[in-house]
Amino acid sequence: MTTTTDAVVGYDDAIARFDPVMGLEVHVELNTATKMFCGCATVFGAEPNTHVCPVCLGLPGALPVVNRTAVESAIRIGLALNCSIADWCRFARKNYFYPDMPKNFQTSQYDEPIAFEGYLDVELDDGSTYRVDIERAHMEEDTGKSLHVGGATGRIQGAEYSLVDFNRAGIPLIEIVTKPLTGAGERAPEVARAYVSALRDLVKALGVSDVRMEQGSMRCDANVSLRAKAGDGGDQNAVPLGTRTETKNVNSLRSVERAIHYEICRHAAVLDSGASILQETRHWHEDTGATTSGRPKSDADDYRYFPEPDLVPVAPAAELVEQLRESLPEPPAKRRKRLQADWGYSDLEMRDVINAGAIDLIEQTVANGATAAGARKWWTGELARRANNEGKALEDFGVTTADIAALDGMVRDGRLNDSMARQVLDGVLAGEGRPTQVADARGLELVQDDGALEAAVDKVIAGNEAVADKVRAGKLNAAGALIGQVMKELKGQADAAKAREMILAKLT
Amino acid sequence: MPRRLRRSALQCRASSTRSENNPAECSARTSLSFFAGPRKESTDKVLGDTETSFEPQKVRILTDIIRQSAADLAGALASKQISAVEATQAHLDRIAAVDDDVHAFLQVDRDGALAAASEVDRRRAAGESLPTLAGVPIAVKDIATTRGLVTTAGSKMLEGWVPPYDATIVTRLREAGMPILGKTNMDEFAMGSSTEHSAYGPSHNPWDLERIPGGSGGGSSAAVAAFEAPLAIGTDTGGSIRQPAAVTGTVGIKPTYGGVSRYGLVALASSLDQAGPCSRSVLDAALLHEVIGGHDPMDSTSIDAPVPPVVEAARRADVKGMRVGLVKEISGEGFQPGVKARFDESVQLLTELGAEVVEVSCPSFEKGLAAYYLILPSEASSNLARFDAMRYGLRVGPKGIERPSAEQVMAASRDAGFGDEVKRRIILGTYALSSGYYDAYYGQAQKVRTLIARDFNAAFEQADVLVTPTAPTTAFKIGEKIDDPMAMYLNDVATIPANLAGIPGMSIPNGLADEDGLPSGMQFLAPATKDERLYQVGAALEAALNERWGAPILSKAPALAVKESI
Ligand SMILES: [Zn+2]
Repeated sequence: MTTTTDAVVGYDDAIARFDPVMGLEVHVELNTATKMFCGCATVFGAEPNTHVCPVCLGLPGALPVVNRTAVESAIRIGLALNCSIADWCRFARKNYFYPDMPKNFQTSQYDEPIAFEGYLDVELDDGSTYRVDIERAHMEEDTGKSLHVGGATGRIQGAEYSLVDFNRAGIPLIEIVTKPLTGAGERAPEVARAYVSALRDLVKALGVSDVRMEQGSMRCDANVSLRAKAGDGGDQNAVPLGTRTETKNVNSLRSVERAIHYEICRHAAVLDSGASILQETRHWHEDTGATTSGRPKSDADDYRYFPEPDLVPVAPAAELVEQLRESLPEPPAKRRKRLQADWGYSDLEMRDVINAGAIDLIEQTVANGATAAGARKWWTGELARRANNEGKALEDFGVTTADIAALDGMVRDGRLNDSMARQVLDGVLAGEGRPTQVADARGLELVQDDGALEAAVDKVIAGNEAVADKVRAGKLNAAGALIGQVMKELKGQADAAKAREMILAKLT
Repeated sequence: MPRRLRRSALQCRASSTRSENNPAECSARTSLSFFAGPRKESTDKVLGDTETSFEPQKVRILTDIIRQSAADLAGALASKQISAVEATQAHLDRIAAVDDDVHAFLQVDRDGALAAASEVDRRRAAGESLPTLAGVPIAVKDIATTRGLVTTAGSKMLEGWVPPYDATIVTRLREAGMPILGKTNMDEFAMGSSTEHSAYGPSHNPWDLERIPGGSGGGSSAAVAAFEAPLAIGTDTGGSIRQPAAVTGTVGIKPTYGGVSRYGLVALASSLDQAGPCSRSVLDAALLHEVIGGHDPMDSTSIDAPVPPVVEAARRADVKGMRVGLVKEISGEGFQPGVKARFDESVQLLTELGAEVVEVSCPSFEKGLAAYYLILPSEASSNLARFDAMRYGLRVGPKGIERPSAEQVMAASRDAGFGDEVKRRIILGTYALSSGYYDAYYGQAQKVRTLIARDFNAAFEQADVLVTPTAPTTAFKIGEKIDDPMAMYLNDVATIPANLAGIPGMSIPNGLADEDGLPSGMQFLAPATKDERLYQVGAALEAALNERWGAPILSKAPALAVKESI
């Protein structure tokens, strides 16, 4: 393993002289109840080796049986990616030895994928569209998970010993492979991120996977190569592709962008030095923002594929495919446009919502009775901030969309002000109950009694004559100090707007 | 579509299929045949007894237990003349007496067998209606996983491996109340035709202990031939049930591919492997076939249809008007003269029984052996990859390396655990599947397979069943061909086409070769899923041969070449 730092050239410099070409392979773990070829449960985070059986442990004599739901999910993904669906296809064995592969072959698909020849239109930051051509989507099984103990790198080389958890072995995967993505130029890293993001949204909308990159239920391998730029008037597509490297297991959207950015700079440096790119797999390091050399990989890598004789061919009936096509949800991009119009968000607001991953949450919150503006404020503001601080996903944050709708309603009804609503949220998160219960129990309620408010206002004006005079002289901003005093007087439970109104009425 | 789609429906179908074996009805019939009919005479001959009829006295039956056919034993059990424990004990005693010489068994499960037998006795005493073969003991080839009982597939690689699960066929044997006597010897991972490739030493042919009992399932055939078990399970990838049957004077059937579940059979070549019955009579094989056959939702390649009516066909035993095809390319030319002579006689006998003999041509058969020795090693190289010392089986460290890597342990373990023949075929298969060679080897072999299936289809237009000699020679001497893989491979030239095409085949003993006095085998082949035709014609020829030879061929074995236990 290489530990030395590779030379890189500046990104703009690299892009000025080279044309980057990418190929993205995304693995999506399906959320079927059982594994691809056996009846074991697909549970994330269970005790190691508790969801295993003779089939997924590769015991002698065990045989696979295809999970129908997984095939349907694969077809739905294929259809959503505008692919053709094979009317007859087979599984194939991909033969190679590795300790976390129970059979030392992976049951996959080779030259007969379930879905092929599709595309996904991806929206970039400036609103333009890039069409990603999809070569294929095929079904396969996941491997076990190795834990290499000891040694500096957490990799098998140099480890004291390794542990293998076969709970993951046999979990259904769909591998989605793009054609070489050309023409993105300097925007290549952005295109890659936008594609993986769009794919994630699409798969999520289909409901066939949790697509949690941080949990590994969606993983991206990024192939990058550089080729010389065609001269003026030259046909860039006529320039042959350069040698590629494959950066494995890039596990966040940001990393996809960064890893490709890095590889472009590194390739350029290698090519500048007159050396040639070594065809190999590379590992992405989030902390250093760099890749390191993995194992050499060449086209001569020989997996000795042959059709899996233990399985019968998969031949989905045309009616089934049509049925699945009709069951497809609204495409995410289209849905986003519809919701933005419904909610009346600006482009900037909508982008915030998308980046926060809050569309579904806002939709549900609005469905639960919140205003669109209120829901957005909560999810992209207070909640996003808290989730971020705790390193949690928004949906895992422990507050329901009904709670947020209730909070929003209480603020709208004038029962709570914003700071009180935040206190109620604290109570909800602390398990004190639903928002109304928390507000009741904590005695949080705006003072609705105008008499009490008026008394407080009078008292504050009387005690702050100098400030009151400024307001009387037309310096309306000075009223702020008086409002603050009123709030203090009423222990924060006053309606600030009403207090202001009353102060101004009395002084002007 | 994937089989799991229909799992629940299939399970219903499978169980209803098995319940079609009305136990009461079958027991009544088998108990009749226990006391009367041709088989009784044969029993006496085997014992060298001159009585032509005998009273069903319990003492007498006890001494005869091991000589009974499974059908007769089932009858005696059903009518409570003997108990399952007695039947099982008699066979365990026989094993104890002769298996040092025969070495048919790798493991004998005395306690397990007796426990299963006493459970059958308890249920019978409680008046429960039991399956036909309840209490009839059986030997299982060591390729089928048996929960709690060591399963090695004849390899050092799996020495001492105790599977945590039962193969489907083992489950079915248990459900049928058949005590499992033990696990029988085989060539390592079923690669061989003699059991000489077993890591635990060869089995010996009960006809002549210096000779091979065939392979890979030589242990199962030898056990049945030596009266150590009335029935046994074999598996047949290129002839491993039929060739051992032929050279031991017993009956063996490879059912239609997909007719019997492969779940829990240590895989050799997935697209060729098929489990089937080994027995001393065609009817016995049919009774066992009905127990182990039928759809299994755990095996995607399992046929979703009821078991063919094999028992009914074996009882019908009639060939009048049946068209029997003589395969021009495998008519015994170049085979051992005695084998060829018995084959010609058998064909003549079929004509006398009213069959119409026609000649058919299967020109692609000559490519069968070559195709087989590409497909088998290719699939085997992949199937055997799981033996990597990581999760089960043998693990050894490489010599002279203090802290070996996982890869080095894998390599050292596979080097130590696999025998030469296994390594030979893994190398062949790895090569044949390599990119750049795939089309020329594996791809071409698959095309040959299609051609052979086409030949069979054409032949079965003209004939209801086909006949060939099962094996080119009678049992050869142990050591005779061990250093000549090609000579060994040629043993299967007549049996391989059936595996390549997925059709069913049967071997029955059809006499003794004049030159060595050893049994020869007659092979029947039928179209896929028409297994019952084998039983119908096989039982008919069996009866005629028994009449001609005055007794079953097996009774001619010289005192079975082993010391008598009773
Ligand atoms: Zn499992």
